[in-house]
Amino acid sequence: MASERQKKIRNFCIIAHIDHGKSTLADRLLEATGVLTEREMENQILDTMDIERERGITIKAQAVRMAYKDDNGEEYVLNLIDTPGHVDFNYEVSRSLAACEGAILVVDSTQGIEAQTLANVYLALEHNLEILPVINKIDLPSAQPDVVKKEIEDVIGVDCSDVPLISAKNGINIDAVLKSVVSVVPYPKGDVDAPLRALIFDSYYDSYKGVIVYIRVVEGSVRVGDEIRMMYTKKNFLVTEVGYMKPGGHDTCSELLAGDVGYIAASIKNVKDTRVGDTVTLVENSAKEPLPGYKKVNPMVFCGIYPADGSKYGDLRDALEKLQLNDASLTFEPESSIALGFGFRCGFLGLLHMEIIQERLEREFDFDLVTTAPSVIYKVTRTDGETFFIDNPTNLPPVAEIDSMEEPIVKATIMSPSEFVGNIMELSQERRGVYKDMSYIDEGRVILTYEMPLNEIIYDFFDALKSRTKGYASLDYELLGYKKSELVKLDIVLNGEIVDALSFIVHKDKAYTRGRRIAEKLKDTIPKQQFEIPIQACIGGKIIARETVKAYRKDVLAKCYGGDITRKKKLLEKQKEGKKRMRQVGSVEVPQEAFMSVLKLDT
Amino acid sequence: MTKTGRRLGIYIHIPFCKAKCLYCDFNSFPCRDDFIPAYFNALKREIALYAERLKGYSIETVFIGGGTPSFVDAHNIYEIIEFMKNTFEMENCYEITIETNPGTLSFDKLMAYRTVGINRISIGLQAWQNRLLSQLGRIHTVEEFIENYNFAQKAGFDNINVDLIFGIPGQTFCDWMETLEYTASLKPAHLSCYSLIIEEGTVYGTRLKKGELVPVDDEVDRKMYWHTIDKLGSLGYEHYEISNFAKEGFKCAHNMIYWKEREYIGFGAGAHSYFKGQRFNNVYDIEEYIGILNRGCSPVENPLHITKEDEMSEFVMLGLRLIEGVRVKEFGEMFDRDIFEVFRRQIESLLQRGLIEVSNGFIKLTKLGLDLANQVFVEFV
Repeated sequence: MASERQKKIRNFCIIAHIDHGKSTLADRLLEATGVLTEREMENQILDTMDIERERGITIKAQAVRMAYKDDNGEEYVLNLIDTPGHVDFNYEVSRSLAACEGAILVVDSTQGIEAQTLANVYLALEHNLEILPVINKIDLPSAQPDVVKKEIEDVIGVDCSDVPLISAKNGINIDAVLKSVVSVVPYPKGDVDAPLRALIFDSYYDSYKGVIVYIRVVEGSVRVGDEIRMMYTKKNFLVTEVGYMKPGGHDTCSELLAGDVGYIAASIKNVKDTRVGDTVTLVENSAKEPLPGYKKVNPMVFCGIYPADGSKYGDLRDALEKLQLNDASLTFEPESSIALGFGFRCGFLGLLHMEIIQERLEREFDFDLVTTAPSVIYKVTRTDGETFFIDNPTNLPPVAEIDSMEEPIVKATIMSPSEFVGNIMELSQERRGVYKDMSYIDEGRVILTYEMPLNEIIYDFFDALKSRTKGYASLDYELLGYKKSELVKLDIVLNGEIVDALSFIVHKDKAYTRGRRIAEKLKDTIPKQQFEIPIQACIGGKIIARETVKAYRKDVLAKCYGGDITRKKKLLEKQKEGKKRMRQVGSVEVPQEAFMSVLKLDT
Repeated sequence: MTKTGRRLGIYIHIPFCKAKCLYCDFNSFPCRDDFIPAYFNALKREIALYAERLKGYSIETVFIGGGTPSFVDAHNIYEIIEFMKNTFEMENCYEITIETNPGTLSFDKLMAYRTVGINRISIGLQAWQNRLLSQLGRIHTVEEFIENYNFAQKAGFDNINVDLIFGIPGQTFCDWMETLEYTASLKPAHLSCYSLIIEEGTVYGTRLKKGELVPVDDEVDRKMYWHTIDKLGSLGYEHYEISNFAKEGFKCAHNMIYWKEREYIGFGAGAHSYFKGQRFNNVYDIEEYIGILNRGCSPVENPLHITKEDEMSEFVMLGLRLIEGVRVKEFGEMFDRDIFEVFRRQIESLLQRGLIEVSNGFIKLTKLGLDLANQVFVEFV
């Protein structure tokens, strides 16, 4: 039975297509409820990382508590949980949604519903969330609110007669959104006297308090001094602080009760002990069953990360450790490469996750990095019957010792306007996808299901999908298992020497095309040097493609005029800087970009 | 700091031109003739500023460069040199060069130069074919060059340099052979043969970017270069610097100062100096230069302290431009260090790459090193 207190709580999130105004609306809500004054607002307060702001995507979940007084003077607590928005973080999204009772669906009045919006709506409906549509950008000349309303009613089946028509950017009708949140989103109902069950939807590391765990209390209560247990990791901790989130900080309180969204601190040293989706209960009077939906998230994509300057190896380790404090899904272990020296093999949830980590290392820690082609985990069976997993192509045994190989297969769900079905089928086939199912959501929209090798997805599948569907298609995938496959290791040989960092595993049928494309790409990326450099792509010693970088014939400043030695030196210094960014691979100088360029063969 | 005594070179920059050549990125300004009198006044002021500082220095060479120094009236040049003679110790000055362009020279002008003590004339011909000259944006024809060359000889100049350019877009190997052949037949004491560098910010640079200009293939450029070395060698010219050739006794003493890491002072807008362990330059803009000096201030900017390490690197880097190379013993005398110890890593790697060689107490560029000299120099910055 819900208490009077619970009836005054609303827990909700905002879902939207990129650029439809999610973060702007969040800012307006904070402003309207007085959490932030206009002066305090730096745009899009919830996306705290530079990368988030730049890319317009949310990577880490955030939450904020707002106080709202309605026209009758009734006071409400509104908890907004901001969710990540990318397929790499689908699991995190699902846990954030599970912490809410409702979702504001922001639709751009000039664009209508888009595929990504729909994917998120379905995810929200799966979690029984009440959908509250909001039509944004109403002040634009091209706004078509009535058309969009009808579309929402047809496609999602939600009544749109009272939909707030707003402009988040210009602060039009924001109060109507808050009113609707109170009237449409159901209040939380958990029994406050039941044993504690709280859902972890995120956590981050604070150097003073230890891990700060973001929770939604589903049942029961938790207060300072309680001994808590993480039901999956089975770790116990003593609660030192509980409270609510606000932008840029926290407000402590005495206890969190069923229905509340807040945080706990319990001198937890490692974010790995606070897994997203785990259930927090009390050691005494513990809950019998954890909350449903927990999954252990394992990295699916691996690549080598090396400092461009070999002496920075130790610093790179420190930086990775720091990032790991807030990112339990990042894994790394030392590895070495003949071409690149000492570095780390890192594991990621997906390609975006990988790019984000690389970018943060470069920006926040000021590293120059060299990264190798991403790989998935392959299962190898030797001729002697031994079976093992490899995440680094270099560790693949010689062909003669391999009996068979298996690769991870995912179920890929692609949602798209139906006009692109042909393009998607073509693309999926190119990527060795096996067609499974196609279902129409309505006349205009379709869901395609494929079984596809993960190693086809991690290259540039998502980019290719976007470009062939004008950005409309969305992608979700989940691991199905392993499947036998005709895989080969493709080696790149520069001037007669194998560059281990460029080796990768590929399906036999794809090897020729990819080998040729990589050789061509490298030819364009590697600058002329003193000697002619043959570039070869090989499979087990057999050359399948060859290109040549010609030797330079002339590199000389003919004139040094009027004694301007300084300028001459500057030109040479520039030349030297360029050289510094090169990796010496045998006798060949390879620019860092070369290692990444092999990834983006479509562009 | 050099220990060879207080010798000094003087460079004087004359930034005026009749027209800017399309490949030119030097500090030169056509159509600014109205500034000429004020500019020469400013030059005198600048020279006067150094009267005290150069006490005890003996000027050995003067190089008047541009722009086109021969473009301005000869009395300007005359007065500047007279002014310097009155200000500095010039007794031992044995080389005074002036850069000239065909089309701006006359017999009278040359006589005036001669009278004031100029003893070396450098003439910018660049190419023997009028179609190439007009394509380069030069204001003269080859016929005017021949006429001017004869004037110079008649005026009594025996030390004449001719500047030539190879690797010009549209220039064939035969064009270059012809240029060399005809120029050499005039028997100038000195020849400078530069491989054209198309610089950003020039008309050529813009055309190159737009794809309107097809640069000469490196292969052809090098064929021209090595032909030059063979041809001029057979005619008795010594190839003594990457781009410079001289009859015996006629190396450009002023340029040798640059290659030998010795001191020089540059007067004029954008002129560069190396003096008392510092490299610095004057402001580039003519008006700004004049304005500063009219206020009695110094036009110097960008002073850069040259440490002992810098000096050693520069000594090697610049010295390697000379065909004879860097004398190992000279390095030892100058810096009290062994060059093989200071630059062991660089020398070993360059030897291994076949870009330099060590022989008879000199470290010098190999033939390959001449083509790829930047690869060598870059090791020393």
